[in-house]
Amino acid sequence: MIGDGAAEPIVRLSGVSHRYGETAAADDVSLSIPRGCMVGFIGPDGVGKSTWLGLIAGARRIQRGAVEVLGGDMGGAAHRSAVCPRIAYMPQGLGKNLYPTLSVFENIDFFGRLFGQSRAERERRIAELLEATGLSGFAERPASKLSGGMKQKLGLCCALIHDPDLLILDEPTTGVDPLSRRQFWELIARMRARRAGMSVLVATAYMEEAEQYDWLVAVDAGRVLATGTPSELRVRTGSQTLEEAFLALLPQARRAGHRRLAIPPLSPGEVVIEAQHLQMRFGDFIAVDDVNLQVRRGEIFGFLGSNGCGKSTTMKMLTGLLPPSRGEARLLGAVLDARSIDTRRRVGYMSQSFSLYGELSVRRNLALHARLFDLPLAEGEARIAELAERFGLGAVMDALPDALPLGMRQRLQLAVAVLHRPDVLILDEPTSGVDPVARDQFWELIIDLSRRDGVTIFITTHFMNEAQRCDRISLMHAGKILASDTPAALVEQRGAASLEEAFVGYLAEASGVTLQPRDTVATTASSASAASGAPAPPPARPRDVARFSLTRLLSFSAREATELRRDPFRLTLALLGSIVLMLVMGYGISMDVEDLSYAVLDRDRSTASENYTLRLAGSRYFSEKAPLASHADIDQRMRSGELAMALEIPPGFGRDLARGAAPEIGVWLDGAMPMRAEVARGYMLGLHAQTLSEGVVSATGTRPAPLADIAVRYRYNPDMVSLVAMVPAVIPMLLVFIPSMLTALGVVREKELGSILNVYTTPVTKLEFLLGKQLPYIALSLFNFTLLFILAVTLFGVPFKGSLPALCAGAVLYVTATTGLGLLMSTLTDSQVAAMAGTSIGTLLPAIQFSGMLDPVSSLEGAGAVIGKLYPTTHFLTISRGTFAKALDFGDLAGAFIPLLLAIPVLTLASAMLLRKQAR
Amino acid sequence: MATGTRNTLLLNTWHLGIKEFHSLLGDLTMLFLIVFMFTVSVYSDARAKPESLHHASIAVVDEDGSQLSGRILAALQPPQFLPPVRVTLADMDKGMDAGLHTFVLDIPPNFQRDVLAGRSPSVQLNVDATRQSQAQTGTGYIQNIVNDEIRAFAEHYRASAAQPIRLVERAMFNPNLNESWFAAITAIINNITLLGILLTGAALIREREHGTIEHLLVMPVTPLEIMLSKVWSMAVVVLVASSFSLQVVVKLVLEVRVPGSAILFALGTLLYLFAATSIGIFMGTLARNMPQFGLMSILVLLPLQILSGALTPRESMPDLVQWLMSLTPTTHYVSLAQGVLFRDAGIDVVWPQFVLVALVGAVFFALAHHRLRLTIGRMQG
Repeated sequence: MIGDGAAEPIVRLSGVSHRYGETAAADDVSLSIPRGCMVGFIGPDGVGKSTWLGLIAGARRIQRGAVEVLGGDMGGAAHRSAVCPRIAYMPQGLGKNLYPTLSVFENIDFFGRLFGQSRAERERRIAELLEATGLSGFAERPASKLSGGMKQKLGLCCALIHDPDLLILDEPTTGVDPLSRRQFWELIARMRARRAGMSVLVATAYMEEAEQYDWLVAVDAGRVLATGTPSELRVRTGSQTLEEAFLALLPQARRAGHRRLAIPPLSPGEVVIEAQHLQMRFGDFIAVDDVNLQVRRGEIFGFLGSNGCGKSTTMKMLTGLLPPSRGEARLLGAVLDARSIDTRRRVGYMSQSFSLYGELSVRRNLALHARLFDLPLAEGEARIAELAERFGLGAVMDALPDALPLGMRQRLQLAVAVLHRPDVLILDEPTSGVDPVARDQFWELIIDLSRRDGVTIFITTHFMNEAQRCDRISLMHAGKILASDTPAALVEQRGAASLEEAFVGYLAEASGVTLQPRDTVATTASSASAASGAPAPPPARPRDVARFSLTRLLSFSAREATELRRDPFRLTLALLGSIVLMLVMGYGISMDVEDLSYAVLDRDRSTASENYTLRLAGSRYFSEKAPLASHADIDQRMRSGELAMALEIPPGFGRDLARGAAPEIGVWLDGAMPMRAEVARGYMLGLHAQTLSEGVVSATGTRPAPLADIAVRYRYNPDMVSLVAMVPAVIPMLLVFIPSMLTALGVVREKELGSILNVYTTPVTKLEFLLGKQLPYIALSLFNFTLLFILAVTLFGVPFKGSLPALCAGAVLYVTATTGLGLLMSTLTDSQVAAMAGTSIGTLLPAIQFSGMLDPVSSLEGAGAVIGKLYPTTHFLTISRGTFAKALDFGDLAGAFIPLLLAIPVLTLASAMLLRKQAR
Repeated sequence: MATGTRNTLLLNTWHLGIKEFHSLLGDLTMLFLIVFMFTVSVYSDARAKPESLHHASIAVVDEDGSQLSGRILAALQPPQFLPPVRVTLADMDKGMDAGLHTFVLDIPPNFQRDVLAGRSPSVQLNVDATRQSQAQTGTGYIQNIVNDEIRAFAEHYRASAAQPIRLVERAMFNPNLNESWFAAITAIINNITLLGILLTGAALIREREHGTIEHLLVMPVTPLEIMLSKVWSMAVVVLVASSFSLQVVVKLVLEVRVPGSAILFALGTLLYLFAATSIGIFMGTLARNMPQFGLMSILVLLPLQILSGALTPRESMPDLVQWLMSLTPTTHYVSLAQGVLFRDAGIDVVWPQFVLVALVGAVFFALAHHRLRLTIGRMQG
């Protein structure tokens, strides 16, 4: 099979180059991969394995060269969409392309829908896959609550739902415990047995796993080092193991400094940590139960177990970082107090994921921590220099951690953790995903710290050769310690051949799993195509890949709706929030300017002046404050903002008036708020005219007849009631802010969390993805609209005079446009914060200021006027006010409907153009 | 020991704050948005804002066609009004329904003749009252203009009585009642609120989503230090940006006369940012993920921007709303900013606002600190 030269290769790379800035992930790679095999890609981190797999899967855009997969060029969009139903891709990272809030069943179901499978077919396949992976009992569990091994099995189910011919797995077992790892490979073997001819490409850091593959590609620095079967590679380099073979293949420079690890024996020291009956419960759930341990100075103590079995919690309790629910831990005889800051000074901690600041340089990260740990400046600098030297970080001090290979990054994390010379060090899966050479370098440091500096080290790992190096190990399962002893003793107790066998035995016993003997797994895998007893594979029928599929679109909608349902807090905010806002704003934004405070400086104090000011005091628009004493008083009280208006009546006012000398009354307005000043002036002018025409202050008592009368008719809102004007305006406001914010994180969140890969690697088109995401939010926003409308008509009592169908049609168009606006922001930005800020600015400013809520759009100028004319809110505001107050129908509002109708395709197309269907 | 603890608190707060600056420098989109908000956005907001009455759309039904009605038409001119559109009586309603005209003036037949004969004829002014602010100010303007024209016209033909009392109005602090001054300051205030809340809240959630907060928890760092560092660093960023905006965009580019003390305003802004960032952190501890935080921020920002008195006068709002809004720092900050910037009020005048902003800020800070300690305890599990 392997040597079958006649068979067309399944993948052919020719002259492929791929760069990220300075780094070459692929450097003129040419490679043919045989069909029907299990092919492994081995090599250190950051040499380009993931990039190669991404290119083959069609998830990355090809920069240079040609990638042929399944007989066609992956550079062509047509071929990509034609073969993508035949390829399955599982990216690196535990459960990276899964949806955490969806259940196991829903996750697989979603992928089934994307490939257009009928309900019955999906249910049959899901049942089969769950059965095969042993996940049947967890069908309803959310993906976020699965252990790492289960997540990877679920990922595999999602990948296999559509019977791919080519399965691409990027480090599928990294960070997964040995038992789950073994079950995972058994599963792959069974699948291959059933579907003869399925090719599998795997990138892996586990050499012992690679040992069992059919064909290997050794990769370094974006180039192919060697290809061949594992035995060929071993023979060619004259090595015993594949790991040694790989080291031999590496160029001399890369191997520098690598040597066989020697562990000096532990000199027995005093007991540093003593724990008794430690228990940790979170609510009803007991995470860790009854841990009893004694650890000596300088001991390297390993914890092994599946993900989520309580290893991290135990280590944190042992070192006083987490207060136990029951029991106690003592450090050098003293009970550890989790709240004491001093406890933290004695402990160094390195977490599973990279938890330093990616945006700070290596030097800055170290300096920040030196300062936080209170090291004096000179000592801190000396210590940083020492660690940089010892940990080999000297050359990268000014680089950003994100740009470093994983192994180097982990050394940096270790350097940070030991910066303050802690007595105890916690290392939580420090080498997960790190390549063998870097792992050995890392362990040299650990051993040095333990034996030379006497640091007590707690470490968790899934690598058995690392567990072998610990002084003692504890096997944990479901919060309990199964066994605890030296590695050799454990192997002996179990009567096993290796530590891995012993460990798998313990775990299988504890969890009640029966396993096939090891060799059977291997043979099944390598002779998959020859297996005859396996059920016949379902015929690979050609599937038509429709250009646009409603099913795929709806599958995204259904998923989005489920996620929204699972986040009741967000749903409540969206619904209740808009009602509360409507109440606050409907009552709050008042255009009725009333109760303007004013005061009078009466320097005449005559009957005439009193008569004049009395008119003002009686008006509901003004509210009089204590009289003014002087000009300085006017200044001071206007300045403090107490008065909106001040009146000055000159001395001799009454006398002048009687003489017909037309005295002047001074009116001072507070111009700090121009709109208020304008209104006050308007009221004042009106009152003044009225006072005169009624002859109140005229000494003669005659009143001049007016030349003409201006009859003002306030239309649509005869009483000038603010509510009638505002409520129909508040509805469009709320229907832009909330819907756009709902969709604003839609795309960018998938980008940040990684599930955007499903868009890259499934037949879904950009339009289906965008519209599918938009639909549930349109529905939610329309529900919101209904609530707001009912509130307006009932509680606020705003009369609705126009055409309800017109308003509803307007609302449908409008929320489609506003949700589209949010999606556009989401495709434009790269981080969730920026998407949020962008959406806030992009909606608050134009909607409040430029859409005619306060000032009609026709009165705006410059950019504001242009934005106002285009912005959807303007037009829905016209429809809302028109139907509420003006009794208008479709015909009258055509001018507002057309721009809304145009906005929708423009926004959606812009998003579709900005969205990429492949990663860079 | 007491001084030692205080020193540690200050030092840790300082170093963690410096870290926030480096983080922000790394986020180019965010930097762009901040610059955009305090320059282009403030500028366009101020420039777009119409003067109190600007380009009001008016239509005239001239049934008289006389010299007087022509004078009235000619008097309704830009910039207050768009050139009047002549419509027929039949088209009048249609135009108003479609929202084309805010005002329609109907001058009846034989108007000029009746005025001169002293018969006091009536002109009808139709106002679209759904456009309330323009309706209010515009009606007064039109009444004045029409009256003036009629009087001036009539004076040519017969002696008309002079006004027995003259009213002399002056606007203090902003003699021309220039709206763009007000709009520019309002825009700056709104941006300060938005950034103060978003930057800190989102920074907290991001640290949680990326697991760096978990790392801080194993360090000798207290929640108080984590909080203070975010508060001071983001406050400095926004303070620098807003001061630049005030000095360069508002004073130089927009040529707004700001008589008040920039230093006093900056002090007030700093105090207000303390309050706003505390609110941001408080929200960051309530929200469990970014989408929740996003929605929450809209629900908080909207009332803060609209009801704080920066858009419409507070005294006209219902008492309940006034009372509720007096619990937010924004309300007091708006009145502080208007006092200091426009009315050149000194600390002797605006000290109550300073105290209130500080007070509300302290309450939110305490709340946020309490929540952060609670949630951090939970995150440890």
